[in-house]
Amino acid sequence: MDSVLSEDPVALKILIAGGFGVGKTTLVGSISEIRPLRTEEVLSDRGIGIDDLDGVESKTTTTVAMDFGRITIRDGLVVYLFGTPGQERFWFMWDELSYGALGAVVIADTRRLTDCFPSVDYFEQRGTPFVVAVNCFDGADQHSVEDVRIALDLDDDVPVMLCDVRRRTSAKEVMIALVEHSLRTLTSAN
Amino acid sequence: MSDRPQWFDEEAGPVVRPYALIRGRTRSSGDAFDLVATVRAIGDPPDDLGPEQRHILRAAQSPISLADLAVELDLPVGVVRVLLGDMRDHGLISVTSPTAGGARSNERILKEVINGLRAL
Repeated sequence: MDSVLSEDPVALKILIAGGFGVGKTTLVGSISEIRPLRTEEVLSDRGIGIDDLDGVESKTTTTVAMDFGRITIRDGLVVYLFGTPGQERFWFMWDELSYGALGAVVIADTRRLTDCFPSVDYFEQRGTPFVVAVNCFDGADQHSVEDVRIALDLDDDVPVMLCDVRRRTSAKEVMIALVEHSLRTLTSAN
Repeated sequence: MSDRPQWFDEEAGPVVRPYALIRGRTRSSGDAFDLVATVRAIGDPPDDLGPEQRHILRAAQSPISLADLAVELDLPVGVVRVLLGDMRDHGLISVTSPTAGGARSNERILKEVINGLRAL
């Protein structure tokens, strides 16, 4: 508890995960001021044919942009949102991102639910508290929350909710559900 | 925004490539700094500091996170880590990484966050 009393600002990390194009950037933008954060990825064989390395054979990293938002709760208490890179070649970044994270929002699109399997697996394995937010795209079938829970084989205590990531109130509800879930996970562990 | 790309000034790319600022290094004592580690300026700046280091010292007069600093400087996180590693080694800044449990295992802070989010 001492850390709270010191003058060090408190920074909390929340990760926004899900498949490519599922609405991660939109969610971060709906609830926070989104800022472009440049980071590096290690070039691997996957980059061959995509990244031209002629003449720079020793180059091992390249720069990518990551969704980054901040919500100031009060002076000295800030929640940072990080959109996890959507493609497999960025997986190595997840360990760093999820270290010490308060929790994660996994955004699911019912038209391609399998896209969020890797995220769900990852957070389950790491024991990071997470919620599943089903983004209700226009024209998408309104699946019931229970259907999604069964399809993703989620534990009963993992919150699943419908949302519209474009709407601030909806994005807010998702964030609140996540922090409440993290709090429950914490108190049940103590 | 016009449809045709027009690159002027900053959009045309940096005059100095980011990694030239750190003399081509990609590793330093700052590797382990967390994205939300708190950076603050300490000690007196020497006269021979580069513009980026000066910028960092100005920005870190009050505590600032590594991620915010990277946005502020418009530099990749890895470059900022190398700069910060050097500056810490020279006693110009302090860097406090959040502990693994830390704030997220503090009930009072989580409740404060929930209330803060509701009030948004």
